[in-house]
Amino acid sequence: MSKGSLDAPAKPGQAQAHEVRSENVIPLQILSPEGEVVNPERLPDLSDDQLKEIMYRMVFTRTWDDRAVNLGRQGRLGFYAPVSGQEATMVGSEYALEKSDFICPGYRDMPQLVWHGLPLYQAFLYSRGHQHGGQIPEGVNVLMPQIIIGAQILHATGIAMGYKLKNEKNVVIAYTGDGGSSEGDFYEGLNFAGSFKLPAIYFVQNNGYAITTPYAKQTGAQSIAHKALAAGIRGVQVDGMDVLAVISAVKEAADIAREGGGATLIEGLTYRFRPHSMSDDATKYRTKDEEAEWALKDPIVRFGKYLEAKGLWSEEDTARVKEEAKAAVAEHIKKAEQTEKMTVPGLIDSMFEQTPPNLEQQKADFQ
Amino acid sequence: MAQMTMIEAIKDAMRVELKRDPNVVIFGEDVGHVGGVFRATEGLQAEFGENRVFDTPLAESAIGGLAVGLSVQGFRPIAEIQFVGFIFEALDQMFVQAARLRYRSGGRYNAPIVFRTPFGGGVKAAELHTDALEGLAMQTPGIKTIVPSNPYDAKGLLISAIRENDPVFFMEHLNLYRAFRDEVPEGEYTVPIGKAKVVREGKDVTIIAYGLMVHTALKAAAELEKNGVQAEVIDLRTLMPLDIETIVESIKKTNRAIVVQEAQKSAGAAAEIIAQINENAILHLEAPVLRCAPPDTVYPFAQIEDVWLPNPARIVKTVNQVLQF
Repeated sequence: MSKGSLDAPAKPGQAQAHEVRSENVIPLQILSPEGEVVNPERLPDLSDDQLKEIMYRMVFTRTWDDRAVNLGRQGRLGFYAPVSGQEATMVGSEYALEKSDFICPGYRDMPQLVWHGLPLYQAFLYSRGHQHGGQIPEGVNVLMPQIIIGAQILHATGIAMGYKLKNEKNVVIAYTGDGGSSEGDFYEGLNFAGSFKLPAIYFVQNNGYAITTPYAKQTGAQSIAHKALAAGIRGVQVDGMDVLAVISAVKEAADIAREGGGATLIEGLTYRFRPHSMSDDATKYRTKDEEAEWALKDPIVRFGKYLEAKGLWSEEDTARVKEEAKAAVAEHIKKAEQTEKMTVPGLIDSMFEQTPPNLEQQKADFQ
Repeated sequence: MAQMTMIEAIKDAMRVELKRDPNVVIFGEDVGHVGGVFRATEGLQAEFGENRVFDTPLAESAIGGLAVGLSVQGFRPIAEIQFVGFIFEALDQMFVQAARLRYRSGGRYNAPIVFRTPFGGGVKAAELHTDALEGLAMQTPGIKTIVPSNPYDAKGLLISAIRENDPVFFMEHLNLYRAFRDEVPEGEYTVPIGKAKVVREGKDVTIIAYGLMVHTALKAAAELEKNGVQAEVIDLRTLMPLDIETIVESIKKTNRAIVVQEAQKSAGAAAEIIAQINENAILHLEAPVLRCAPPDTVYPFAQIEDVWLPNPARIVKTVNQVLQF
């Protein structure tokens, strides 16, 4: 058993008779907050260029998030869920997968979609309520962000079953948060994955709050990773502010799934630096002390220190990526704004492959 | 031509499509080895293997979600929800996720899913096994609703539904499963979705019905004939899309209509049908279109269902109300 992981189900004959028990879980960590390697045997095998690419994506994502919050305030974006603080879980988990793998996101998981191939302007269109935002290009294996908190867990389970039936060695990853782990769909999905031994990864980004409800009120379980036990799948807890630990955990889970070893639940301990959405006030439910404590674990700072020590990154690199990201955001928001508005007749025609007569009639009112 | 009960015709439709299209898969609770609680899938797992026809854990939302995920992968899932009252557990996946997959993805993905479920009263089943929930589906954008009334239509409509690239809610009346046999062709044939059928011609009044109520309406029409009233009976077969054209054509002839449904009276299929009649045929009406339906209560399983459900006498009474308006 590797450090930080749970084997499931619990083996009979262990611990006390009659009572199911499991040990406390320790989050997998590879880098300390100072950027020093504390777990060399789990260090992912990545080239210098790959390491720089990961940093590029995290800095880009942070800058995009900063800009998106501003664009939201200007009324140029619609619904937007800020991501700062969660770059390690988002960028790292996607980076650990292959292009042919499938992503089923929750409402905050736009970065994974973009890094998996969804054009950025489509992410902006989606935010603005334009259905072309969801018109995913051929070859990009993603669904759009799911609003019903646990539904994507089940879609991932079905997609994983499809891979299994087709005998394709791809995996599916589904994301939700600590709140999502309380949904019925979460349990149904994990149970199906255990029952059919499906190639799925369920990644819970535990950022401590379901909107305002703190983790302590979310569950009485020792950890969310423990919830894998009852479903008969692997459970793993990872330091979600440590991008290398995330990559290692997801890569391991994907390798196991590809080889027919079944699903893994990964709990990443992370934090969103900003509020849940553009419309809530985090100061009402979080303290300055808590925010300051998590700021010390900033995944970009931590990974940056590691790369700087290796001579692979500098402040100038960060500044350059920020400028590139700002330019990209500007270009893509412009493209989104210039995209012709969707229409009511177009909307009506998207309901069915062939628009039925009653809807044809309703279309006439809008032409 | 073979003589089949409705349940045999439904099984035959699935066998035909499993054989024709390798992407068709069937799953649900107990549908595999045993062949379902009503034996709708009996023998199909033995014939097509466990990768095509399989049991799932008991979880309706996951059955629905599995269907959505499998459609994204190019499969054509037939998901059985064991009894109609259990669809509430699957409503998000059926009526939200499957029904809006095409819209959400701007047409990139579709959900060619058939959600099969038995429903329908008069069989003294347990609570929440029989309720007529078609109105919920009709109010949901993006999903089609089919309610066959006989073995021939059941097979042809189910084959159409399986080939349909949009999700279909396919409601099978428990009381019709083994009620009678019908001539059903072997092999492939389809009955088009969205086409009603005039099952009895008449000139005095139109009785619009679907599912078991078609047979109850025909009994009422026979009673009415004794008093010289020629009732035309329409079997809708499909509720969404609704064949308003056939209804309007009939009303042009009869100038009077009633709608019979097993679901509680308010805000259901009948209400929608009457609204569409108002929009399309108001000038052809000599009387308001009335509903013959159970009261707005919970379904009283077993004890008083026979008087709660519409019967020929109540249909005759409702017809007389529109004739005497």
